[in-house]
Amino acid sequence: MSSFHGNKVNPTRMHKSQFKFYLFLISLSAFMILPIIFMFSQSLKPIGELFLYPPRFFVENPTFKNFYDLFNVTSVTVIPMTRFLFNSIVVTGSVVFLSITISAMAGFALSKLEFKWKKVLFEANIIALMFVSAAVTIPRYFVVDTLGLTDNLLGHIIPVLAMPVGLFLIKQFVDQIPNEIIQSASIDGATNFTIFRKIVVPVIMPAMATVSILAFQMAWNNTETSEIYMNKETLRTFAFYMTTLTGNLENKVAGQGIAAAAALIMFVPNLIIFIFMQSRVIDTMAHSGIK
Amino acid sequence: MKMAMKKSVRRELEALFFVWPFVLTFTCFIVIPVIVAIYLSFTYFNTIQPPEFIGLKNYVNLLTQDNVFMMYVLPNTFKFSLIVGPGGYLLSFWLAWLLAQIPKRSRSVLTLIIYSPSMTAAVAMSVVWLVVFSGDSSGYLNSILIGIGIINEPIQWMQSPHYLMYIMIAVTLWNSMGVGFLAMLAGMLNINQEMYEAGYIDGIKNRLQEVWYITIPSMKPQMLFGAVMAVVGTFQAGDIGVTLSGANPTPQYAGQVIVNHIADYGFIRYDMGYASAVSVVLLVIVYGLSKVCWRLFAEKD
Repeated sequence: MSSFHGNKVNPTRMHKSQFKFYLFLISLSAFMILPIIFMFSQSLKPIGELFLYPPRFFVENPTFKNFYDLFNVTSVTVIPMTRFLFNSIVVTGSVVFLSITISAMAGFALSKLEFKWKKVLFEANIIALMFVSAAVTIPRYFVVDTLGLTDNLLGHIIPVLAMPVGLFLIKQFVDQIPNEIIQSASIDGATNFTIFRKIVVPVIMPAMATVSILAFQMAWNNTETSEIYMNKETLRTFAFYMTTLTGNLENKVAGQGIAAAAALIMFVPNLIIFIFMQSRVIDTMAHSGIK
Repeated sequence: MKMAMKKSVRRELEALFFVWPFVLTFTCFIVIPVIVAIYLSFTYFNTIQPPEFIGLKNYVNLLTQDNVFMMYVLPNTFKFSLIVGPGGYLLSFWLAWLLAQIPKRSRSVLTLIIYSPSMTAAVAMSVVWLVVFSGDSSGYLNSILIGIGIINEPIQWMQSPHYLMYIMIAVTLWNSMGVGFLAMLAGMLNINQEMYEAGYIDGIKNRLQEVWYITIPSMKPQMLFGAVMAVVGTFQAGDIGVTLSGANPTPQYAGQVIVNHIADYGFIRYDMGYASAVSVVLLVIVYGLSKVCWRLFAEKD
């Protein structure tokens, strides 16, 4: 090692030669985080500051009034905002739990079990990675309608459970487990279910964490299921409520603070989850390559 | 013989136990919708009467009659995708590479910042964009530009056919550091340090050569995954124009891309057959472009 004088990737400590990388990274990330800081700042502005001319970027006298108004004064509909939030929490929780469960089960089978159609399923899933769901909104609606999932909370959940990216990431991760371990457990009399629960699941936790983040983002930010499958207002989600707040916002200064407060509620859960799981995500992604 | 059969049936059933929930939801909500879209694309269907088979007429009309598609949607889609797709991909790669050159602690913080735009929902961020690009003089961009004397009158950024497309591109590039970016970062961090040492012994002289001869070849699988995610993300992201301008069709079709065209025919004009034909074209384009990425990055055995 000591004879190697080249550049070091993934260094262990700071060094002044890294200065140039920091320069690019810090200036770019400052630029990228600006809109997000603005959202925070905007949500804390009292109404007077929203009207200021020329407009100010940072809040001067922060207040939680926008959040208070968001929770208490529901202007657009008679339904309280907490109802939408409740729907979102139930839907997102179910989607995360169910989609990681079915992806983990299928990932295990695709990686370690032998069955007919195994190759077909894997190939179909690879093709589905390229699937643009926006293209099939209409036929999907017909399927959802036929199955009686319209105007039903399950209509937010079941249609989005199959995540090709999720299955793919978990399958790649299960591939890392040596076959010998599975075989010896099997010879010792463990059933496949026991092997899955006791050996596979603990090892693939990082991959499951990653998929849960992706599932969370997809479900929490989803407005499409509310817009297309739900006619009853009470069954719609917080993300949908958000669209009613931003509609025609350009001309309504008064609503801007409340809308920013709602936007913050949309954003912060994503952020917190990612902070907790970042290192696991990077672990999983190392095996994400398509070979 | 009988025993072997029994055993293989048992094996199939056990595997089935693990895959059925995925296979069922995958079939119902991905496979069947694609098949239905292909079927509907050969019909005239207004949702009131049953679909009527009309052969290739929708496709012929798309190619010969649909002026909006040819004059606005297709060029816009190309422009948007050519900049956002490769642009976002190269930006992801470059940022991942920069992040790989610094130590872990500061890397985690900067990764979080760079990834966070892709966590935001379009509907939530429109709160920010609508204020920043607001058309009156109290909009942030107008206010700044007037303040430093570049413009004299406020510009209607999002209603203007000249600027809408550029704003869409900027916003989409801003949040394009998603799953693909994380995959490339992880792939880069996992390259064996000895590969670099060997490279320098073999005569690599600078960082550029290092990236070209060692980094990229060692992480081709992640490069491919990132590329496929970039293609899909680019074509999925087209909705942003409608979110920003608040209208479908967008003002003078300036921000109209292919997913908006589908929604326009499907949910506004209720011509489901025609919308399905456009959907099939979109799926074929995405599939074709992903295959191109495959050729570029797949490891040859």
